[in-house]
Amino acid sequence: MNSNRRKFIKIAGLAALGWSICPPLAGARTSRYKRIEEGLRAERWAMAIDTAKLTQEVMDRAIAACHELHNVPKIENDQNIKWIWVETFYNLIYDQSHPFLQERQLPVLTLCNHCDNPPCVRVCPTKATFSREDGIVLMDFHRCIGCRFCMAGCPYGARSFNYFDPKLFLNEDDMNRDFPARDMGVVEKCEFCAHLLDQGERPACVEAAEGALFFGDVRDPDSEVRQVLRERYSLVRKPKLGTEPQVYYLI
Amino acid sequence: MYNAKYIIPGLIIFALLFTFPFWYNLGAVTYEPVELELPEDFDDCIESTEFMRTEHMKLLDEWRDIYVRDGYQLYWSELKEQYFLMSLTKTCMDCHDNKEDFCDRCHDQTAVDPYCWDCHHTEP
Amino acid sequence: MLEKAIQGSALYWIWLLVLLAVIGVGFFSYLTQLDQGLSVTGLNRDVSWGFYIAQFTFLVGVAASAVMMVIPKYLHNHKAYARMLILGEFLAVAAVIMCLLFIIADLGQPQRLFNVILYPTPSSILFWDMVVLNGYLFLNIFVGWVTLQAERKRVGPPRWIIPFIYISIPWAISIHTVTAFLYAGLPGRDFWLTAVLAPSFLASAFAAGPALLILLAYVIKIFAKWDPGKEAIQSLAKVVIYAMLAHLFIIACKVFTAAYSMVPDKLEHYKYLYFGLEGHTMLATFSWVAISAGVIAVITLLFPKNRQADNILAFSMILVLMSTWIDKGLGLITAGFIPTPLHHMATYVPTQTELLITLGIWATGFLIITVLYKVGIGVRKEIESG
Repeated sequence: MNSNRRKFIKIAGLAALGWSICPPLAGARTSRYKRIEEGLRAERWAMAIDTAKLTQEVMDRAIAACHELHNVPKIENDQNIKWIWVETFYNLIYDQSHPFLQERQLPVLTLCNHCDNPPCVRVCPTKATFSREDGIVLMDFHRCIGCRFCMAGCPYGARSFNYFDPKLFLNEDDMNRDFPARDMGVVEKCEFCAHLLDQGERPACVEAAEGALFFGDVRDPDSEVRQVLRERYSLVRKPKLGTEPQVYYLI
Repeated sequence: MYNAKYIIPGLIIFALLFTFPFWYNLGAVTYEPVELELPEDFDDCIESTEFMRTEHMKLLDEWRDIYVRDGYQLYWSELKEQYFLMSLTKTCMDCHDNKEDFCDRCHDQTAVDPYCWDCHHTEP
Repeated sequence: MLEKAIQGSALYWIWLLVLLAVIGVGFFSYLTQLDQGLSVTGLNRDVSWGFYIAQFTFLVGVAASAVMMVIPKYLHNHKAYARMLILGEFLAVAAVIMCLLFIIADLGQPQRLFNVILYPTPSSILFWDMVVLNGYLFLNIFVGWVTLQAERKRVGPPRWIIPFIYISIPWAISIHTVTAFLYAGLPGRDFWLTAVLAPSFLASAFAAGPALLILLAYVIKIFAKWDPGKEAIQSLAKVVIYAMLAHLFIIACKVFTAAYSMVPDKLEHYKYLYFGLEGHTMLATFSWVAISAGVIAVITLLFPKNRQADNILAFSMILVLMSTWIDKGLGLITAGFIPTPLHHMATYVPTQTELLITLGIWATGFLIITVLYKVGIGVRKEIESG
């Protein structure tokens, strides 16, 4: 009797401990939740950027589409926010360039590389930035403490910090109601339009660039991205760092 | 008592400070249930009124994790037996379209100041 | 023992009031920062860490350097440190508290600080830094207080405290190592991406910490009328020289690797640090001041005669502090971010608000040092007067 009671208390204690460490063990709560059926799915999302088709107009359209969709404030100083922007080819890919390269000064779009091995995710102390199963590196704005470790960790300068309250630079009436604004003091960056993909739409910049940007499942040999990667020569940024970027530049 | 002239005033000051919230609110208005403006076209929210009243904050907290981090968008309502999009703006604020007369009234009365609408839109 | 902190001369109280006033100014500046965000700082999209994080890094070193007295005292029974050790431990306490305050000042969302504990992430070095810094703070308060209490009762420290003292030795090394790992593990920042970063942090720390302690010892001698002992100060001075030599040597190694290999990713940062890029030479000026001050201090102190002269020693310690503070407090962070990962030039100069908050936190540290030293020295005086 005595030993039975002790055993019972022990097991109950262990169960309570287990439950407190990992609540889902006690019962799957995700059964109440479902994905939207029309959502686009992939094993690994990737983008290919056709540098030959990037006219100023195409790039402006892509940037405007992204920044309007995500309520990115226009701040005219070095505390600004950029999700997708223009750099010269040399600045992006200087480690694979030389002085006589024809494309040296070519303006090119740049954005988060959604690395397969992202340093930003590794260094984040709260898992506020994390990799989704489909490879998209996302930000949880609710959880970010604003330590900016991810900005130091990113080798591509893809991340921006809300030094200001972004609402100071946004007009309430012009804001896109499909996407929230951000709080002061959190980091943000390109999300590969994860929220659009989940609803069955392609990323805003891809739609706006009308053929200059390719998007798809890089693990699927028949995808649009894989097709162009087969046909054209392509580069990624800083391959030697082992971050495995998933934004490919077609030359 | 040893050092009584320091200890007793000290104790009195401590007791006063410690009970500050009680006597500070002595004359204040007591809590009264508030009249909320409810959406006219529906009898129920996505779950029972009692559940929503006590648990809506936990539900929203769970939604934001499941939506942002786990990649699920739809919530199965036992009460309505249908799926709802987990969106504060597009689902909650679609029916409860008057934040001042619904959300704020109760939050003001209970002196809570959620920061949801610092970022999320009040109307879809 | 704490009662000794509230029995002091007029000078003691005036000093505390001055510190409180500075803390007040810093606090009001922090309220501005809370209200307007980090936009009030000179930080920007490219240089996203600055003065706060630099002070934090410098002070972790100061905190860790207490081990330079703990090792000789407890492992080699070096009696000269017996009287002064408590000053080292209490300095570590104040330094760690300043570190934690600087981290909080740097956060964009300080009210969410506890997310680090709510969602523990062992892959993040910042998580481990939180663990080791808080652990070290606890160890030093605990060991310092218990040993002081035992001394007051004229008995040896209790046996059960010994394991804590031994643990505090590797723990001290760990706090600065982990802090170096914050930087040294980032793939895209070639200025920091070096195995020698943690050793170089420790070397400059073991120069800066004891140098500060020697200066504090002189201040105590003058204002508290209590002499920590010539032998202790001389032993510490030797530690400073060796550590400073190691520090300068490692700088030379880093510069050689970058300059001789001529790999642009590394070299550009050193060019910026020592010569400036695109006309931005302010940091370069500071860097040369740091190198000169360090070299002059070491050369001066190599002669025993100089070392034994109190005023020359004190002046050299100021040079050492200046040199190591510029190295970590100005150069390390900014030069790591410039040029940017996209090969652009960027700039960073701390704003007035940033400087006032920094000053406020330093004043908080000095307030803690003052009060703790008041207690520690009070107890020592009591023991020594029999």
